[in-house]
Amino acid sequence: MAESNGYKVVKGSFKVKAGLAQMLKGGVIMDVVTAEHAKIAQDSGACAVMALERVPADIRKEGGVARMSDPTLIRSIMEAVTIPVMAKCRIGHFVEAQILEELGIDYIDESEVLTPADEEFHIDKHPFKVPFVCGCRDLGEALRRIAEGAAMIRTKGEAGTGNVVEAVRHARAVNAGIRKLQGMNKAELVHEAKLLGAPLELLVECQKLGRLPVVNFAAGGIATPADAALMMQLGVDGVFVGSGIFKSEEPLKMAKAIVAATTYFDKPEVLAEVSAGLGKAMHGLEIPAIPKEELLAARGW
Amino acid sequence: MTMLMERVGLLGPLRGAIDAGLPTLATCAGMIVLAREVSDGMRDQAGLGLLDIAVRRNGYGRQVDSFEADIDVAGLEGKPFHAVFIRSPLVESTGNVEVIATHEGHPVAVRQSNILALCFHPELTKDLRLHRLFLKTTAKVIS
Repeated sequence: MAESNGYKVVKGSFKVKAGLAQMLKGGVIMDVVTAEHAKIAQDSGACAVMALERVPADIRKEGGVARMSDPTLIRSIMEAVTIPVMAKCRIGHFVEAQILEELGIDYIDESEVLTPADEEFHIDKHPFKVPFVCGCRDLGEALRRIAEGAAMIRTKGEAGTGNVVEAVRHARAVNAGIRKLQGMNKAELVHEAKLLGAPLELLVECQKLGRLPVVNFAAGGIATPADAALMMQLGVDGVFVGSGIFKSEEPLKMAKAIVAATTYFDKPEVLAEVSAGLGKAMHGLEIPAIPKEELLAARGW
Repeated sequence: MTMLMERVGLLGPLRGAIDAGLPTLATCAGMIVLAREVSDGMRDQAGLGLLDIAVRRNGYGRQVDSFEADIDVAGLEGKPFHAVFIRSPLVESTGNVEVIATHEGHPVAVRQSNILALCFHPELTKDLRLHRLFLKTTAKVIS
């Protein structure tokens, strides 16, 4: 620890890690697979980018084991933009996380979009200096991830489908879980903590705050400005857009429109304007048409 | 931020209002928006240019270098202020501004007439003394 003015400097604290997520609120985080994409995302007004080799729609199509991206690609994206750059590691793959931290990435997404490396344990995220974001389907899953050290939460949705239905389900489940805590007494909270498989103190904090104790974004299936605004009106703090932008006909236009829709999520007159003339959105997938073993949201424990 | 403000037509009116004396508390990116000179930003990044400082975006490094540290702020009574710096701008030089706090030799809080600008995020801690200082000395709405 360095000394300054006689006072100590602390890096990598939870406050600093959760603090960056606070600064992203109201923004859009976009998946990019090249430095060129990253620049388009930045020019459109993205608050951060997610650097990866394939967008979820392609991972879904191509199959095989999906792993952390090549550091060369990640570095080229970090050099291309001035906004924060995130990258994904596999669930439980703490060595991929160590590598991403070494690269100086700004946030790690321990993501179900990649093939899990551990079917029991997620990464112990506390010892890392770099913050983590993790997916959830309900309150219990969100709080388990926070207990492991996640400094930001997102819904899982169903990535790479362009279908917002699962993200809606997960955001509503988190909201319902938090509402259920309101008015519970201590004994009921202890029982609820047991049911959720999450630490009591985090339930107490959610009850007090009336929301998750960290920033909560929507992810997984957001493909249009209306989808982004829908998630914002359901109470999330911002949105991730994966395949939705660079699988659309006119990425820059779509990206700008989604940024505007996320800012003006409660202004239908703006939403109507920005939704017009965007060209084709990504081709979507019906969830029941996906074989059960190919559903990504079920990954994570 | 300036790019988005420009897109929605906020940049001009905001510059006019602050220039005309609107009390302004700027934190982190807000300091960059106000600065006269910005380096390591996006190409053609042009802010409001109202605050006589030169800043380097992400001048303390990336997120892994974000930090917490106590600082002494001129005009604040009691214990040092606990400041949280998130991908903070680095103030490289100052002109006609009053530096009210430094960290490792660089200014981290500056005042210039109706503007109080900070590298760090006082909203991430529960200490309200800097907000009070702003209301008292810059906005002059409380005594």
